[in-house]
Amino acid sequence: MKIAVCIKQVVTREWQLRVNDSKTWIRDQDASFELNEPDAYALEEALRLKEKHSGEVVVCSAGPARASSVLREALARGADRAIHVEADALASADAFAVADALAAALRDEKFDLVLTGLQSDDQGFGQVGVVLAEKLGMPHATIIMEVKAEEGGLRVKRELEGGWFQWMTLPLPALLTIQSGINQLRYATLKGIMAAKKKEIRKVTPSAAASPAQKMLAIHFPEKGKKTQMLPGSPAEAAKALVQKLREDARVIQ
Amino acid sequence: MILVVAEQREGKLNRASWEAIAAAQHAGGPVKIAVLGSAVDAVASELAAAEAAEVIVVDAPALEQYTSDGHVMTLAALIAEEQPSQVFLPHTYQTRDFAPALAARLQRALITDVTALKAPRGAMVFVRPVFQGKMSAEVTAEGPSPHFVTCQIGAFRADAAKRGSAPASVRKAAIDVDASKIRQKPEAPFKEAKQAVDLSQAERIVAVGRGIKAQEHLEVAEQLAQALGAEIAASRPICDAGWLPMDRQIGSSGQTVAPKLYLALGISGAIQHLVGMKGARTIVAINKDPEAPIFEIADYGIEGDLFEVVPALIAELKK
Ligand SMILES: Cc1cc2nc3c(=O)[nH]c(=O)nc-3n(C[C@H](O)[C@H](O)[C@H](O)COP(=O)(O)OP(=O)(O)OC[C@H]3O[C@@H](n4cnc5c(N)ncnc54)[C@H](O)[C@@H]3O)c2cc1C
Repeated sequence: MKIAVCIKQVVTREWQLRVNDSKTWIRDQDASFELNEPDAYALEEALRLKEKHSGEVVVCSAGPARASSVLREALARGADRAIHVEADALASADAFAVADALAAALRDEKFDLVLTGLQSDDQGFGQVGVVLAEKLGMPHATIIMEVKAEEGGLRVKRELEGGWFQWMTLPLPALLTIQSGINQLRYATLKGIMAAKKKEIRKVTPSAAASPAQKMLAIHFPEKGKKTQMLPGSPAEAAKALVQKLREDARVIQ
Repeated sequence: MILVVAEQREGKLNRASWEAIAAAQHAGGPVKIAVLGSAVDAVASELAAAEAAEVIVVDAPALEQYTSDGHVMTLAALIAEEQPSQVFLPHTYQTRDFAPALAARLQRALITDVTALKAPRGAMVFVRPVFQGKMSAEVTAEGPSPHFVTCQIGAFRADAAKRGSAPASVRKAAIDVDASKIRQKPEAPFKEAKQAVDLSQAERIVAVGRGIKAQEHLEVAEQLAQALGAEIAASRPICDAGWLPMDRQIGSSGQTVAPKLYLALGISGAIQHLVGMKGARTIVAINKDPEAPIFEIADYGIEGDLFEVVPALIAELKK
């Protein structure tokens, strides 16, 4: 099975978010970056499918130059080769622009299966995978928690709300958006890291950017809605104040 | 005119549809409501209570079970007929599954997970979360209409949806849904083997998030739960890692709870977690990040390291 996995580089969860001067995005020159979490699960799923059914795993990222580090990491975990659609504007582009860039890079390679994470931890559009499926003319299924390759197609388990699931079959080629927790992740071994140095990262320049579907005017920290009573002091003082509040004001403990 | 796409499963209306209706009414101008399915008359008459120009039903055997292809095909045809200026949908898992494909097919903008609408001068500005709710973005939809807008669950109040003085008229749209063009073949929805714990009845809950860092640290949370007479629960990453069973996950994919006390340890407060617990009477958050969104809905907050605060709390409770 020839599998493409689309991955994104996002700021790490630990990085204290700071806004740029024009207040339209974060100061990403100061940030630290990592692989978007659901994408890591998508990559792991692809590697497992390859181990079972043989084939090839190609990772693809549409992003600025720095995104090559997540491609390198994916190669170290076991992907065979990488495609980097490189443009600075892709760092904060909308879902259509990203899907366009990915579609152009993937279209001619005739993949059997394309995997993406279900959404990114930064923009959180939840659109790129599904838009890409439409652009590639593939059927898709989203929020996937299990993948089984069957005669001529796939049987996949979709997550629904509130603890419900649903199996569905679809023909190949197809695109799936993968949910975190579908499998247990592997990490790169030293051997993998060495091997990755010899693997190819092909650079592609996106064709003229499509006109944007969404324009970012500003980002800001959300206004505080509810009045949270912050309990100050040392851990012991805060703990004492909290227990008193819970007993006497909220009356939720004895 | 704004077209709202309501959601139903097995003839039962998803309540989030009312939230999308409320958002569309708030945006201004006439509203029409569409519902797709097979034998959905009861849902249509329920929707007709809304103040709306009409309720449009697309009834076809091929739509009995939801599929992305079925929805995209049908709605593309309906939108071509109705020519709405905007299309509003609830940001459910089903909407996530088909709306991006529909917007891509029609080459129209889609703004997802919208929490508020602002229309300062003409062009409507949408507020949506970025960085897992740690920040908000203000965006506009570009290009020709209709623009697609999905409304975050809980952001607009279902009970704020205006009801009409008389029921809206219900019309069946004559749209051919070609079953042979549907590539996904769904099976019946199911729940995993019966859940061992029902947290919906718990009076007190101590929930742990990724801030707990390692499985062996769960013990300190369990001690706190014991001291409070609380059940233990978790955010998704803890269950994904297998540190606690899935049936202790709180949130949109897990359980919805409404205890007297919900104490969140090292949980950031992503919307998918909040929808499962915001009905709690008293919410306490302990988090070392003062900007964590969980503090927006907490009654009491302690900014600090849970590994220092929790032992102090246990000691205090034992006094
Ligand atoms: C379709 C979909 C469905 C989902 N369903 C669910 C669901 O049902 N339930 C759910 O929970 N999530 C769900 N999620 C995931 C959700 O979006 C978040 O990723 C998740 O809730 C984050 O969990 P967390 O808060 O534990 O982790 P993080 O967001 O990583 O937060 C960890 C927090 O711990 C704090 N912290 C770290 N160390 C310490 C310390 N020593 N002391 C105190 N605080 C500390 C940090 O400041 C941070 O705020 C879903 C996502 C999607 C897209």
